[in-house]
Amino acid sequence: MSFVWLWTDILVWTLVLVLIGAVRSIRRSEQIRKQWFNILKSPVAMSAAIVLSFYLLFALLDSVHFQYTQPTSDSSTEQRSLAVHEQGVLSLLDILVPHLRTQTERTYSAPFATHEYSTSLSYDESGVVSQVYRPLQFGGQHWTGKHSILDDVMVKTAIPFLFTCIIIAIIFAIHLGWGFLKTRGNYIDYYENQPDPKDELPWGAAYFTLFVLIFLFSWFFYLSHYYHVLGTDKVGQDVLYQAIKSIRTGVLIGLLTTLVMLPLALILGISAGYFKGWVDDVIQYLYTTLNSIPGVLLIAAAVLMMQVMIANNSDWFGSTEERADLRLLFLIFILGLTSWTGLCRLLRAETLKISQVEYVTAAKAFGLSPFRIIQKHITPNLMHLVLIALVLDFSGLVLAEAVLSYVGVGVDPTTASWGNMINQARLEMAREPMVWWSLFSAFAFMFTLVLAANLFSDRVQTVLDPRRKH
Amino acid sequence: MFEYIVKRLLFAVPILIGVNVITFSLFFMVNTPDDMARAQLGAKQTTPEMIQSWKVENGYDKPLFFNGDASGLDKIQHTLFVQESLKLFAFDFGQSDSGRQISADIQERMGPSLAIALPTFIIGLVTNIALALLIVLFRGSRLDTITMMVAVAIMSVSGLFYIIAGQVLFSKTWHWVPISGYAEGWEGIKFLILPVLIGVFAGIGAGMRWYRSIFLEEMSKDYVRTAKAKGLTDIKVLFGHVLHNGMLPILTGVVVVIPTLFMGSLIMESFFGIPGLGSYTIDAINAQDFGIVKAMVFLGSVLYIIGLILTDISYTLFDPRVKLS
Repeated sequence: MSFVWLWTDILVWTLVLVLIGAVRSIRRSEQIRKQWFNILKSPVAMSAAIVLSFYLLFALLDSVHFQYTQPTSDSSTEQRSLAVHEQGVLSLLDILVPHLRTQTERTYSAPFATHEYSTSLSYDESGVVSQVYRPLQFGGQHWTGKHSILDDVMVKTAIPFLFTCIIIAIIFAIHLGWGFLKTRGNYIDYYENQPDPKDELPWGAAYFTLFVLIFLFSWFFYLSHYYHVLGTDKVGQDVLYQAIKSIRTGVLIGLLTTLVMLPLALILGISAGYFKGWVDDVIQYLYTTLNSIPGVLLIAAAVLMMQVMIANNSDWFGSTEERADLRLLFLIFILGLTSWTGLCRLLRAETLKISQVEYVTAAKAFGLSPFRIIQKHITPNLMHLVLIALVLDFSGLVLAEAVLSYVGVGVDPTTASWGNMINQARLEMAREPMVWWSLFSAFAFMFTLVLAANLFSDRVQTVLDPRRKH
Repeated sequence: MFEYIVKRLLFAVPILIGVNVITFSLFFMVNTPDDMARAQLGAKQTTPEMIQSWKVENGYDKPLFFNGDASGLDKIQHTLFVQESLKLFAFDFGQSDSGRQISADIQERMGPSLAIALPTFIIGLVTNIALALLIVLFRGSRLDTITMMVAVAIMSVSGLFYIIAGQVLFSKTWHWVPISGYAEGWEGIKFLILPVLIGVFAGIGAGMRWYRSIFLEEMSKDYVRTAKAKGLTDIKVLFGHVLHNGMLPILTGVVVVIPTLFMGSLIMESFFGIPGLGSYTIDAINAQDFGIVKAMVFLGSVLYIIGLILTDISYTLFDPRVKLS
């Protein structure tokens, strides 16, 4: 077993490091701290932020990969058959939920089912052929038929519920203890001298969201040992597993694209606005040209080219994982290269405005170099625009992934993604009886993420955008 | 006015050349004339001579951007890039891989695309503005908050879900309308109802929020206060003043879109089996037919630039303060 760093892993961890660095430097600024406090003061934004960090946590867990090597020949057959499942590149998340990945059925089965969804031919001992619903290999195997499935599930809900209560209690204790330490023991003093209850963060909403999320998580985790909670797909794979694995793809496309887009938009936007003249003309020409190409078509054209290139150079890639990962990386780059124009135009206009202000004129008169002026006086004043654009783009990119996968220019078909799930589900909906759970799972996971991102970005916009008063 | 339009059209030329450079580089860097020759000549043993003769026959034997062998202007003129781009500027898109004329195909498919895109656009616009005006009347109330929450929720659902859910409910379960298909004339309406409705509904969330914020911004201006001080009712202010003044920012967002309606909607058309330009493009992407994709990219950029010019012209019609120069 050894670490494998896929390209997107490296990028996403770089982004995390950058974010940590940014948070550390921001903590020093009183003003920015107040802004963030303001953002999180809304209960909706607080809940949305917690949901988003949950998704991010899953994406990060799924971004640490290991390479399992083949077992040596002298190991017993039982070990070897176990090891067959443990081959190839696995992520930390795979290791945390091994049963989801390995307990595959033969074909479709509904959520909480004990038997397959459709009948298949069966020969009994006397050679009579009959149509039967075959029992599942793993799902519902503990079920004896004494109680109904619903009763069984209800009983089994108690354990995750207790677990969640304990976890929340622990978190609450740490929270209280932290407040205690911060006030150096003058706990009662501290709480009696609170200036205004309105200046408190909405802890009620925060704990409620946390409770719901941890409960859902532990419920799914616990019950997935007994049932296929969200059913299985055509080849018998657990739908819950696919939906969880898709988190990484969605979050990465939303996050890393901004990482690609940001430098382009910042550098080009600021230089166009600050230097004006021919620089401005060239940059304006560049983004008008890019903008005039229909977005999906430009992405499609670029992805088609990439596909041809990958097909022609299949010897570049060691494994299918690497190929799929490189495709994801390319897609992220292409999305980044086609989506910087909007932010660039905003930054250019704002830079034009700022560079007329007195303090910039003063800085020029003092003989500061353009680079210093941009770094010290202009960039910090653009940050609210950048932040707004980033959170706004995130949800759009997550949604775009699904559409692109449908068009056939999205992520690799072997990569787990909500787009691929929807794409498959389209055919399943036409079946009789309908196979609805794949689509439903993709919908639920995607909707939660996008809704949280939209609500959060709304709040960020309200707080940071000076023009928005409503 | 006429002078201005001509000037703007001339400005469009460098942009279109830029678009061509991008698409040309994308396509020819990977799919070189050699590859095209090999694909066209088939799987049988192809010799370099055969490839060369195919390239000469089809005019692909010239260098990509710069012809060192020629003299003077020909150095640039006798290249694949100029040759291919000039064809595009004359709207001659050549043949698709299946041997059909792309220009003829496009003309044929524009109708169905418009049949679905135009009603979606107009009904959507009217619905969104009407809903936004209604919600502005109730601004600050609980109804406003709840409606905005619902709008965010509508925005957060991928369009694919609306289509699939719509098809399952209205076509598969209730059998109100056919699942997919297309017919000319009045016959075709039954095929169009569902895609248009879904298109309108999917756009309500974002549209309503956008128009609401425009109207609210207008409401905070001085003239609204004056009008109210004169004793005008909320409704009169809204429809008499705010709607008119709000048209300007609305125009910026809306007029650009109108020409691109010709391009159709990729997803709608392919889900509902409408033989428009959107499904044409998707089929081309799936079949890796580069000729069609290139043609659609060029067409899209031309329509977008026309949209920009139309936006400017519409400004002069609605805002007497704006003079084109």
